[in-house]
Amino acid sequence: MGRRVVVIGAGAAGMEAAGQLAKAGCSVTLVEKEEETGGNVRNWYHLFPDHRDSKEVISYLDSRVAHKNLTLITGTTVEDMEQDHGQFILKTGDGMALEADAVVVSTGFDLFRSERKEEYGYGIYDNVISSADLEKMFRKGEVLRHDGEIPRRIGLVHCVGSRDEKVGNPYCSKLCCVTAVKQAMELKKKLNTARVFCFYMDMRMGGALYEELYRESQEKYGINYIRGKVSEVSENFDNRLVVKVEDTLAGRPLKMELDMLVLMAGMEMSESGARLARAAGLKTGENKFFAIADHHFGSNKSELNGIFYAGTCTMPMNITETISHARAAVADVLDYLNTLSG
Amino acid sequence: MDKFGFTILKARHINYDANDKSVAEYICEHEPTFRVCIECGCCTATCTTGNFTSLSLREINILIKRGELARVNENLKKCMLCGKCTLVCPRGVNTRNVITLAREALKNKFKDAV
Repeated sequence: MGRRVVVIGAGAAGMEAAGQLAKAGCSVTLVEKEEETGGNVRNWYHLFPDHRDSKEVISYLDSRVAHKNLTLITGTTVEDMEQDHGQFILKTGDGMALEADAVVVSTGFDLFRSERKEEYGYGIYDNVISSADLEKMFRKGEVLRHDGEIPRRIGLVHCVGSRDEKVGNPYCSKLCCVTAVKQAMELKKKLNTARVFCFYMDMRMGGALYEELYRESQEKYGINYIRGKVSEVSENFDNRLVVKVEDTLAGRPLKMELDMLVLMAGMEMSESGARLARAAGLKTGENKFFAIADHHFGSNKSELNGIFYAGTCTMPMNITETISHARAAVADVLDYLNTLSG
Repeated sequence: MDKFGFTILKARHINYDANDKSVAEYICEHEPTFRVCIECGCCTATCTTGNFTSLSLREINILIKRGELARVNENLKKCMLCGKCTLVCPRGVNTRNVITLAREALKNKFKDAV
């Protein structure tokens, strides 16, 4: 029997890490709070940059965790974690005690709850939706206003809950820009005659093929980009949305009526991750994600020996980065297990 | 009679080296958040005065930093100090204080400063 490792959270990071650890001969327990595995990936329809269906990623991840050394426990959370003579004891919500030689925390992220940016009217106006809501519509195959009409003018607001001190998130979530570009293109594909506008502060196209996607969105799909942060949204008598923004490149305030507004919600430390941090005494950083031991050499390490991090519980990441980060965590865990005597 | 002939055009450059940046320095000293503006324009979008006049706080911020003070002086008078810009600023700039400090600093530079 190999060393015992508990992996907390069965999203992309947890599933990849758990699968690799099982393959390496560890006895792995993967704990997931939801009934289903897959985490946030399940809430997305097509993925950037290549428009792959997220179901392909899910089935890849499922294939990773199908291993005889791996036990999957769903529908429960890890409530507490203690260390006793180099052994970890994890207590779950349904009263189990799991023993482990090492722990991988992969509790992921939560999408920013857009209601908190009240001036944008999410939860107040029917046709203000979030990027995740739009993904659901894409999956369903129809993009409609609340009244059942087809939207003709659609706005996408970048940086909702990111780079915003007013909601306590000063950092950049990194992926909302490219999500907006991707969703704008999908909207045009679906609703050919619609006009689509992106309201941005900076276009952060730092990932592989992001810039190319941005260009394609202008060239092939005619997406309109307006540089300015939306200050407020209201509704007029016709039940259409009125957006106020400064067109900072034209140097004038701009007002626009829209049929639908999509808020690009940022990524935050997950609530379950924050709870675990408090219970287990794990440090969180300025951005409220788990604090990594070193930005260059220890992005998978916590300040405690034997506890490791994988994926978006440490910072915003795309799926590619998440999977790579999870694999790197496995290298650190195996390294650590080798140092244990016996 | 109409004037004919040639005229010498002034260069359109922001003459950065010659321009007076002392107002920017004064504001930075007393309100350090002035430095972190990212020119997103949220302040301008929400500004009541800016909806009717050419007052744009975002523009004023950058003009102060570049030392283009005549334009700043001309527009800054229009501000009513309601503070809505401060409420919406995603960077936590105390924009209202920036305006107050700018007005102070401009007092001894322009006769018609407020």
